[in-house]
Amino acid sequence: MGANFPLTEAVYYILLSLKKPMHGYGIMQNVEKLSGGRLHLAAGTLYGAISSMLEKGWIATASETGDSRKKEYRMTDAGLQVLKDEYARLQELVNNGKAVLEDAQ
Amino acid sequence: MRTKVRKWLWAWQFDEEEAWLNEMAQKGKVLVGYRLGTYEFEDCEPGEYTVRLEMLEEWPTTAKSQDYIRFVEDTGAEMVGRIMKWVYFRKKTEDGPFELHGNYAARIKHLRSIITLLVPLMIFNTFIGFYNLFIGITFPSVINIICGIVNCAVSVLLAGGLRKLNEKKKQMEKDAQLFE
Repeated sequence: MGANFPLTEAVYYILLSLKKPMHGYGIMQNVEKLSGGRLHLAAGTLYGAISSMLEKGWIATASETGDSRKKEYRMTDAGLQVLKDEYARLQELVNNGKAVLEDAQ
Repeated sequence: MRTKVRKWLWAWQFDEEEAWLNEMAQKGKVLVGYRLGTYEFEDCEPGEYTVRLEMLEEWPTTAKSQDYIRFVEDTGAEMVGRIMKWVYFRKKTEDGPFELHGNYAARIKHLRSIITLLVPLMIFNTFIGFYNLFIGITFPSVINIICGIVNCAVSVLLAGGLRKLNEKKKQMEKDAQLFE
């Protein structure tokens, strides 16, 4: 397993959101929706995560949208690979949890 | 209507400051500006706004800080004041929750940057304080002795503040081992 794991919940959900281009506030709203209102990203945390992910090349700036000056971001192929690897890791956690907990019942 | 309130809070009291500003907003007074020791409020609906403050990594006028401030404002918040590296934001409650630092790592980093700023200030003050006392006693000089005492008092104050910040940081580091 690579040195990138485990991802934080925020990074995992940001990657999930960026299958299509989105700006910061859009990501915030989408993550809240995806998590059923459980996870609300703090503005500073989101900004920090986006900056680091841009540096690592997991996401890229899509374009500045026409109607406003808001920056949009999209997931890169490298980001998609990171997301897939994390998904596999999470699945392992869930499968093992399932095996133990459901055996116990 | 605008109201001015004079109140002095130290950098290490930022949690108390934020809590107080939100209490004011709950009472229908929201922050619109800050100048050293004076807070300016305007009337709002009680609970209409959430107020947050933080110390930026760089001065608010740098490109990096401007980019960050713009990002936060794009999420529906508005910067209402700044002093040195500190900035004050408000956001309408109906536009959703408003947090700047969501997890322990971010809060610890924020605390660390405040500590990093205050430690040299304390060391500098202590040094100047002892130097002044030394001069004041060697060549009897009341002014140097008074300055020396003031410098030392400021150092003691800073040391107390730093202790509080360190305790807060330690507690967070413990919690960070359990939670994100």
